[in-house]
Amino acid sequence: MSNDTILVLVVITALAFDFTNGFHDTGNAMATSIATGALGPRTAVAISGVLNFVGAFLSLTVAATIASGLVSTGKVTLTVVAAGLAGGIIWNLLTWLFGIPSSSSHALIGGVIGSTMAAAGGSAVLWHGLVSKVVIPAVLSPVIAALIAASGTWLLYRITASLTDGARKHGFRVGQIGSACVVSLAHGTNDAQKTMGVITLALIANGTLAKGSNAPVWVIVCCALAIALGTYIGGWRVIRTLGKGLVEIESPQGMAAESASAAVILLSSTFGYSLSTTHVATGSIIGTGLGKKGADVRWNVAGRMATAWVFTLPSAAIVGATAYGIAYGIGGTVGVIIDLIILAALSGFIFWRSRATKVDHNNVNSEWTGGVAPEKVPAETAAA
Amino acid sequence: MSWINLTALWKIIVFGLIAGAGLPALFAGGLYTLSWGPKTARTAGADGGADSDVVVGGNVAGIVLAALAFLVILAAIGWSVYEIYTLGHPAPKK
Repeated sequence: MSNDTILVLVVITALAFDFTNGFHDTGNAMATSIATGALGPRTAVAISGVLNFVGAFLSLTVAATIASGLVSTGKVTLTVVAAGLAGGIIWNLLTWLFGIPSSSSHALIGGVIGSTMAAAGGSAVLWHGLVSKVVIPAVLSPVIAALIAASGTWLLYRITASLTDGARKHGFRVGQIGSACVVSLAHGTNDAQKTMGVITLALIANGTLAKGSNAPVWVIVCCALAIALGTYIGGWRVIRTLGKGLVEIESPQGMAAESASAAVILLSSTFGYSLSTTHVATGSIIGTGLGKKGADVRWNVAGRMATAWVFTLPSAAIVGATAYGIAYGIGGTVGVIIDLIILAALSGFIFWRSRATKVDHNNVNSEWTGGVAPEKVPAETAAA
Repeated sequence: MSWINLTALWKIIVFGLIAGAGLPALFAGGLYTLSWGPKTARTAGADGGADSDVVVGGNVAGIVLAALAFLVILAAIGWSVYEIYTLGHPAPKK
């Protein structure tokens, strides 16, 4: 009986994570379209939400990696999964507060690995799977994405050199919207599967599902809904950093970036790599800066992101391990419930802190002045 | 057990370049042929019509070529989504 209570709590926490995942990553698909004005901010997040929902139904390969490729499922208990999710959510919210596009996938994987290690020691982690399916792709994917995006950018400007600036801008806006839609679809496919994988892991841990099972349909539907809702709410802070902070982007660059991201994400998910869509999108955007003469990449912003990427796995792991420690110390269902109460309180606190420097659809495109919080503008100009 | 799946890596790079840079280039080619014709011709003068945002030039061959390019892109996207769906739902093992 008590196990079923924990299972329900774990599923709810997993869906909460999925929500933060959507919300944190809206920018990966839509930041450049919002920055170039190809789509209005609210329209962009609405389209992205719908396509994330659809994308979640496309594939199950990555879910299988998460469910069976990273930790030995025999050692995983429901408390471990709950604590791991707590680690992922906290790290996602913290990086969102600072407007850093860090990887939701790494936050999740880090959290689960931390809590698994706290529960069963380092031997319960499948290190080979972790390095070959998560760490190495994390290092390579932004580089590959940047290469493709830089080639694309260079080609696009070459081919359309005879067009007037106005015609180019108009024409590529259409292409940019199309490619951003494909990225949203890819995001739903790749990222929603991660939560499906975790819930499947929990169901296996509880004995509800047999080892090696695929995600059941209700899990797929719930995850698709959670990620779509999160996307629709829109993580404006991250959108701003990606769209305005890294490179000042024109519509051909936007199209090149989105196409490169879509191609890399979709190809990798067919191979079962649980890539970080965030790393790919960031790599692509930097690539478009490299592929166009005279475009400046703000390397200090890129450096801050890269630092956050390195810390994501270990930091989420520490939070995950701590959460497991608390739940284990108290014991039983009560331990898990107290964990989740702490999680909710911390989330509330972070949200409250974010209100002080609010970024939303009104000021997401304000001039970049060195930080995620735009300088305060008088109400009349902000509304214009 | 190797650390890097080289086969996957080169496939991702090659197909990534084809789809991620080639398809947008095809789109750019479409925009280019679409611009053929009198309506987008830059008029001589101080501004030279450089601020014009007319995309369609009016040349029929150009429009047909552009339409072909855009159709190929749509077909490629549709085909990839179908492939991903098929690959992503393997028949259950017996």
